[in-house]
Amino acid sequence: MTTTTNNKSPNVGAIVIIAVAVALNLVLAVLMARWSYSWFPPQASSAAPYVDDLFALETGIGSFLWFGLTGVIGWTLLFNRAPKYDESYGEPIEGNNRLEITWTVIPTVIVFAIAIYSMQVNDKLDALGPKQKYALGTDPATVAAVDPRATVGPIDVIARQWSWEFIYPDGVRSSELHLPINQRVNFRLISEDVNHSFYVPAFRLKQDIIPGSVISYSLTPTREGRFRLRDAMFSGAYFSQNQTDVIVESDEAYSSWLKATAKQPLQPGLSPGSDLYAKRLANGDKGWATVPPAPAPLVNDPGDASIPHDA
Amino acid sequence: MTSTKFDPRILKAPHPVPGAPDNWKRFFSFNTDAKVIGIQYIATSLLFLLVGGLLAMIVRGELITPPADLVDPTVYNGLYTMHGTVMLFLFLFPVLNGLNNLLIPTMIGAPDMAFPRLNAAAFWLVPVFAVLLMGSFFLPGGPAQAGWWSYPPISIQNPMGLFFNGEQLWLLAVALSGISSIFGAINFVTTIVRMRAPGMGFFKMPLYCWTAWGAQIIQLIGLPALTGGAIMLLFDLSFGTSFFRPEGGGDPVLYQHFFWFYSHPAVYVMVLPVFGIFSEVFTCYARKPLFGYKFVALASFGIVFLSLIVWVHHMFYTGTPNWMRILFMFTTMTIAVPTGVKVFAWVATLWGGKLRLTTPMLFCLGGLINFIFAGITGVMLGTVPIDIHVGNTYFVVAHFHYVIFNAIVLGVFAAVYHWFPKFTGHMYYEGLGKLHFALTFIGCTLNWLPLHWAGLLGMPRRVASYDPEFAIWNVIASIGAFMLGVAAIPFILNMVSSWARGPQSPPNPWGAIGLEWLLPSPPPAENFEDDVPTVINNPYGYGLGEPQVADEEYYIRRAQEA
Ligand code: HEM
Ligand SMILES: [Cu+2]
Ligand SMILES: [Cu+2]
Repeated sequence: MTTTTNNKSPNVGAIVIIAVAVALNLVLAVLMARWSYSWFPPQASSAAPYVDDLFALETGIGSFLWFGLTGVIGWTLLFNRAPKYDESYGEPIEGNNRLEITWTVIPTVIVFAIAIYSMQVNDKLDALGPKQKYALGTDPATVAAVDPRATVGPIDVIARQWSWEFIYPDGVRSSELHLPINQRVNFRLISEDVNHSFYVPAFRLKQDIIPGSVISYSLTPTREGRFRLRDAMFSGAYFSQNQTDVIVESDEAYSSWLKATAKQPLQPGLSPGSDLYAKRLANGDKGWATVPPAPAPLVNDPGDASIPHDA
Repeated sequence: MTSTKFDPRILKAPHPVPGAPDNWKRFFSFNTDAKVIGIQYIATSLLFLLVGGLLAMIVRGELITPPADLVDPTVYNGLYTMHGTVMLFLFLFPVLNGLNNLLIPTMIGAPDMAFPRLNAAAFWLVPVFAVLLMGSFFLPGGPAQAGWWSYPPISIQNPMGLFFNGEQLWLLAVALSGISSIFGAINFVTTIVRMRAPGMGFFKMPLYCWTAWGAQIIQLIGLPALTGGAIMLLFDLSFGTSFFRPEGGGDPVLYQHFFWFYSHPAVYVMVLPVFGIFSEVFTCYARKPLFGYKFVALASFGIVFLSLIVWVHHMFYTGTPNWMRILFMFTTMTIAVPTGVKVFAWVATLWGGKLRLTTPMLFCLGGLINFIFAGITGVMLGTVPIDIHVGNTYFVVAHFHYVIFNAIVLGVFAAVYHWFPKFTGHMYYEGLGKLHFALTFIGCTLNWLPLHWAGLLGMPRRVASYDPEFAIWNVIASIGAFMLGVAAIPFILNMVSSWARGPQSPPNPWGAIGLEWLLPSPPPAENFEDDVPTVINNPYGYGLGEPQVADEEYYIRRAQEA
């Protein structure tokens, strides 16, 4: 049985055990931090690497703390158990001011360091522009676009119950979002009904869309592929279906898509809610109350929901 | 200076109401005895834990496969909304008020609450809004479907255009719950401030009372904001106003401020008493004084203060300007400090103790390591760039269930077992208790650990269907959830059979220190009656050999002879 006693002379055995435990815990924390990169979808925007680095740092610090504290608790479970029928007390230590100061100051320093680092990462994301109000029912196009650094856009992103519509500066309309790689693109996020959220996990970016406001939002895609855009703010009955794809492609592919699409006639685009609602009506309108879906947007490129996404 | 003035008039208040029945019927009457009310609260809330759990089982049943194939998506939305609402307003708040009723008067040596009739009124509002909420299932359009946040505009869309609708009943129920909580809070705060035993200065008060006090102060500050927001929303829904309606120039985001100004601190209303439970249980079963009692007590109020200035961390991606996001990130991060003080104190209390792994101790140990985990994911969520990615995904669902179930509910179970002999007069069965713990701990870990990964990969919350790449995490989660359903069986069996025919409990079966353990089990209607002990030492003097009260031997004998 190991007991913890108050030896006045330094206890070499204890110091060795603590040193080994701390070293092991550090190794574990670094391994966890490295592993954490694999928990995300691929990095497809200029923001993603910064977010993943910050998360890895937090995973490392968090793992060190959690394994450390759980380890200490586990130690007490193994070595500080009262034998059956032992009614005695543990050593009646009532506290220690030096320890209290230590575990107040060190966590304060850690969380402020994390906060300052996060602030810098947040500057790097540099995605959120101003939120400008307008009277719902008037044309949101009257609200001026505001990101001079963007080389693409502004693309109007219109979220509805339950469909997405993207309108390009030259008037091209699409159900899927095509973007050229490595260019800063600016969006005007617009909703005509309820709150929605523009969320592309591979970009690590999310912005709620608020009816009655136009929100300027910018990002730079850095990886070609087909990525999922998910509505992330609950928006009613068919909320979970309110998704489409973002297609990041080379400059040439993007320009030729724009040119070709401009020649297409307008047709109903993706509207997963409408299909499901039609099914519900066909089955006798069972279920609880819902508003009917907004009519499918009329677009030049209706997209193709059957193509699998990369992430 | 530290000894309180004791108002003898309160002692003489007639309790229970003259003529109140003293058999089982008293639990179904407007009884004003805090110990009866406490049990009324706890029994009612455990019933609703079953209801909320059942709703969760259907929700997890739907989510075991990617498509929405078990229930219609509208039904799914109603079920998850009602699950959250029932769990918070009909299970967790009432169960904690039940514990407050049992523990506060007995721990501070008061005969009852300060305002016994207000206390009973607070309880009887619970069945009233429970009926409203459950009744909404039977309305033509079904219950509320907008989530427990009830954000406009979705919450005020009222698809069927009927005046009476699920959302309306939901708002009324939440407002009534708020009124009930305010009644409770007035009572708890007054009782703690005015009715402590002679000699019990604030720094001789048990930590459960400190934390309950802090929690109830939050209720008094925050609930008016929520209730105000709910009433404005009700007007928008039912009477055509435009506080939050964008068509009329209202601002939907304004509601979010009202809501979170209360609902972030509400998390601390729920978790603070559990911090108190941890402090009671760890000292008792580690047989050691609490490490740094004063720091742990004061940290409670550090948390109360900070909890009131962090709410915007729920709105990092709603268009909140950058300076405000940064400001609230810093305030949010600082909460980790007082919370850390408590966590380190508990671990130091365990260190070198004589641990007895009884059922309540196991639940608290499990709850503590889960809480540490949840604190770490909480700091992650508090940093703006991480929250922008994982906010409103299953990472958040996993985080808050780690707090609310894996830590808070485990702590509540610990409390129920620890004080069961005191208030029923019977011992519970340790074997069934340990089985309950094992199933709960494994079940809750399977249920919520994997969902963190689903969230990191980008699975939004509140979805009735999802892309197949998330399936594996959801299958494991559903298995864990069903295990939690099974865990209810040994718990119910234990409670019912122990109360009916468990062995008689002595006044102090655990060798615990605290005024409540100087009372007979169960305590008489007015606790110490006219003979209230005088407190002379700190609580948790385990192993110090100092009696907590003057003439301790006398009180121990008196309880044994009763
Ligand atoms: C019995 C085990 C439980 C299971 C299996 C469970 C499962 C779930 C699931 C699947 C959701 C939906 C998450 C989402 O999509 O956002 C949810 C939401 C929620 N749960 Fe639980 N839960 C359990 C216990 C609890 C408890 C004990 C509480 C509180 C005391 C609680 C409070 C909530 C809340 C507040 C929500 C959010 C509802 C909303 O988004 O409006 N749950 N739960
Ligand atoms: Cu919060
Ligand atoms: Cu949290």
